[in-house]
Amino acid sequence: MTAGPRPRHLLDFQDWTPERLNALLDNAETMLQVLDRPVKKVPALQGLTVCTAFFENSTRTRTSFELAARRMSADVVSFAAGSSSVSKGESLRDTIEVLTAYKVDAYVVRHHAAGAAHLVAKYSGKPVINAGDGRRAHPTQALLDAFTVRQEYGDLSGKKVTIIGDVRHSRVARSNAELLPKLGAEVVLCGPATLLPEGLAALPGVTLTTDPRQAVKGAHAVMALRLQQERMNGGYLASLQEYADTYQVNEGLMQHAESGAIVLHPGPMNRDLEISSEAADGPRSRILKQVENGQAVRMSVLYHLLVGRDQA
Amino acid sequence: MSEPKATILSADEIRRALTRIAHEIVERNKGAENLALIGVHTRGIPLAERLAAKLSELEGVEVPGGMLDITLYRDDLSEVARQPIIRETQVPFDLANRRVILVDDVLYTGRTVRAALDALIDLGRPEGIQLAVLVDRGHRELPIRADYVGKNLPTAKHEVVKVKLQETDGTDIVELYDLEALK
Repeated sequence: MTAGPRPRHLLDFQDWTPERLNALLDNAETMLQVLDRPVKKVPALQGLTVCTAFFENSTRTRTSFELAARRMSADVVSFAAGSSSVSKGESLRDTIEVLTAYKVDAYVVRHHAAGAAHLVAKYSGKPVINAGDGRRAHPTQALLDAFTVRQEYGDLSGKKVTIIGDVRHSRVARSNAELLPKLGAEVVLCGPATLLPEGLAALPGVTLTTDPRQAVKGAHAVMALRLQQERMNGGYLASLQEYADTYQVNEGLMQHAESGAIVLHPGPMNRDLEISSEAADGPRSRILKQVENGQAVRMSVLYHLLVGRDQA
Repeated sequence: MSEPKATILSADEIRRALTRIAHEIVERNKGAENLALIGVHTRGIPLAERLAAKLSELEGVEVPGGMLDITLYRDDLSEVARQPIIRETQVPFDLANRRVILVDDVLYTGRTVRAALDALIDLGRPEGIQLAVLVDRGHRELPIRADYVGKNLPTAKHEVVKVKLQETDGTDIVELYDLEALK
């Protein structure tokens, strides 16, 4: 195989070759079929224990991971912690050492601090899946986005995916900007200048623009990012209305994309702010498909990290 | 690739064995109604297709076919050296009220068949499951036996039975190798 040594973790896509990423997405197709069967479960991870350690709230991502692990027959223990004011490095370390003493075999980690998943990998010595660390990365979201686009067009190569919104604070945008070009797609990041960090233009296959019409031109998929309303206090935006008038993903904007272009959103949505209800519920929307695909993709990630001894 | 120690079945012998198995299936099931043939990846699939063609010749009925990948049901997933590639499972018909004939090329430890039985039962509740194999080489590790056998072949554990089929390997032959010679 040309896929290179198998990565031990999924922290971001640095160690993941396109071959291996494609194999992971191929296997997610099989997992999707498993979810369609009367018995939505396979014994592949029987006897293993997966811990979902969420240091930041997220019902959806956690539910998706927990179901994915259970459908692979792993046992699941979930650890939820609100952000605490104690010295973070130490408390994280203590927590993970205790959990590891419970014989946890793999971790799914979400944390408000970038790099937290790397630390869990170091402290636990076990495979770690990053379920979102600060603004840095959210790799399984990008994988399910890639999978959803691929499902539509059969292949990602030569496809254009436009991501519109608060790019600055978005780990989803960052992970997609890292992943999609590896799979041959072009990524356009679009938003108001205050929410569009120029540094991202240095990534291969990624371009930036503040003009939404230009951004969606020729796009096969358009993703609206959640606008976190607390950003308003940071002075990034003049008003929500002004933002919506220019950057909302709606049918009017989609008219400028490829004719069959699909609409994506990582959820949860602010309806009629970053996305119109018409676009969210209309025939272009693949938002619920993304949720469904997320479970299959996470099953495949667990398979790739936990099955077989040929680990790096 | 090293030389085989012996040829176990020639192309003609494979064809005759499959014809005999088809007759046995019809005899035992009193026809071919309500049967289904499901091949186990990789070489069980063309064997199942060939048996289906023979059954339709003999009985004039179409016997539905399917394919099963047992990777996610293996009992050694945590120990396998290389990560196995998952292939397609396709059973495009209702298993209820059907007798399924599971088809594989070689029956050895019985672990693949055990996994296949679990995988199949998760897909539905067939009326019954029978097992057809081209070669039974012995050394069972589980209480599993075949209902239809092309060739019973006593082997040593250091030997390898290689089945090659037109559809997957470009030729029809079953050969015996020494494991050492293959390394």
